[in-house]
Amino acid sequence: MASEISWRHDVDAVLDEARRANKPVLLDFSAAPM
Amino acid sequence: MYPDRRVAKLIDENFIPARVHARDDAKEFVRLGERYNAQWTPTILFLDPAGTERHRIEGFLPTDDFLAQVELGLAQMSFKRGDFADAERKFRAVVDTHGESDAAAEAMYWAGVSRYKGTGDASALGETARAFRDRYQDTPWAKRASVWGG
Repeated sequence: MASEISWRHDVDAVLDEARRANKPVLLDFSAAPM
Repeated sequence: MYPDRRVAKLIDENFIPARVHARDDAKEFVRLGERYNAQWTPTILFLDPAGTERHRIEGFLPTDDFLAQVELGLAQMSFKRGDFADAERKFRAVVDTHGESDAAAEAMYWAGVSRYKGTGDASALGETARAFRDRYQDTPWAKRASVWGG
């Protein structure tokens, strides 16, 4: 059963949100087909 | 690895997932690659809420090994914020759940360190050294633990 991850692409906004929400970030540097 | 529902669930429950793509986000890929010293793909960084890197995966991994590395990264985050009891529990879970993965020996080493850091009981290190006589003897982590005698 496949599942989707809702990747975010505005990393600076993600870092701001992570700080506010006290939640870690998984940052993927990828070259995979999108 | 990402289409696997176990991977998606683990990431969704524990992280805000962000991706920069070498072609589709080329400028950001270069800018952030320089900031975080990411020079190869895939490179997956585990950042704490302050944006500090706590763990990384470089290169492709099969799904089960990737899951083990993600759990190892979560354990490292607990360790590096000083929550040693939580770190030990998470490191031991990697060993128990992903005992055949490359992450398991590293997790066993850090589980012992976490126990020592959390309790001050140096016998935790000796017990870890002895455990390496039974498992993962040929890994770099067994060499590192060997100084603890046991």
